[in-house]
Amino acid sequence: MSTDTTPSAAPVSIDDFEPTTWTGSVRKKWITTLPPEKMLPENQPAYVASWIYVFGMLTITALIVVIASGCILTIGGIQWFHESSTGHFVNSLHFWSVQLFFLFMIVHLWGKFWMAAWRGNRGLTWATGAICFMAALATAFTGYTITTNFNAQWIAFESKDVMNAVGLGSWINVTNLGQMVGMHVVLLPLAVVAVVAMHVLLVRKHGVVPPIDALDPEAAVTASAAPSHSVDARTADTGEAATGSGSDVATTLEVSS
Amino acid sequence: MNLLGIDLNQPATYKDIWEWVSVSMPNLIVIIIMVALFVAALLLPFPKGKDES
Repeated sequence: MSTDTTPSAAPVSIDDFEPTTWTGSVRKKWITTLPPEKMLPENQPAYVASWIYVFGMLTITALIVVIASGCILTIGGIQWFHESSTGHFVNSLHFWSVQLFFLFMIVHLWGKFWMAAWRGNRGLTWATGAICFMAALATAFTGYTITTNFNAQWIAFESKDVMNAVGLGSWINVTNLGQMVGMHVVLLPLAVVAVVAMHVLLVRKHGVVPPIDALDPEAAVTASAAPSHSVDARTADTGEAATGSGSDVATTLEVSS
Repeated sequence: MNLLGIDLNQPATYKDIWEWVSVSMPNLIVIIIMVALFVAALLLPFPKGKDES
């Protein structure tokens, strides 16, 4: 292993950067797709100042409580959360945070459905949200089958017929406690977190969907850059316009909406 | 604990909405809460930030 002791050169603009390795290619693709000002923005358009835009974040907040309480339950084990008062409390915390997770997610879904949130090239954002919903349903279902009580037994044996009916019975045995625990605490949570991460990154990439008939900030930036390839256009390309004109666009939206 | 007079250790009661639609009271309550939250989120004013006031 060699050590490079020469002073590093001045940072190269991402537009001039020509990657020679796959890591460099990933970096260029990442920075051009999701520049820091899009990844962690300081401003949002004026239309975001509505309670209906809060429910996505509320869903993620509930998910954090779900995962944290689930980790404690996994460490404590089934007997612990059945028999100790602290275990009962964490078990209840896990259950009720799941209820809130779904409640917030449904309101978020209604809000996005009625504002047609797939507009503006946001189809994949909508699709990942739908996949997240289905993955969360599967996670919740397997959770109900591992509580080791009569309710869990009843749910497992009733749903066994459903699994057989849809052709999954030979792979997924809902009466197999070990398989259900593994799916509930490892596989499905990983799937939910991965899809949620992708969903959030796509929201960052495309921006929060504007109300119907309002001006899309991305479209506004593109439109202002389109007529001539002037200095403004280059500024928009580098992404400076996205934050620099954010408040202006927001003001426009406030007036137009 | 039975502060609201609801016994959670008993099977849920069911409400017949229509001839072929039946929903449990716990599910009906959750649906009503979600609809109320949705309507409130659309109608209630959002607090302004410090730089907007």
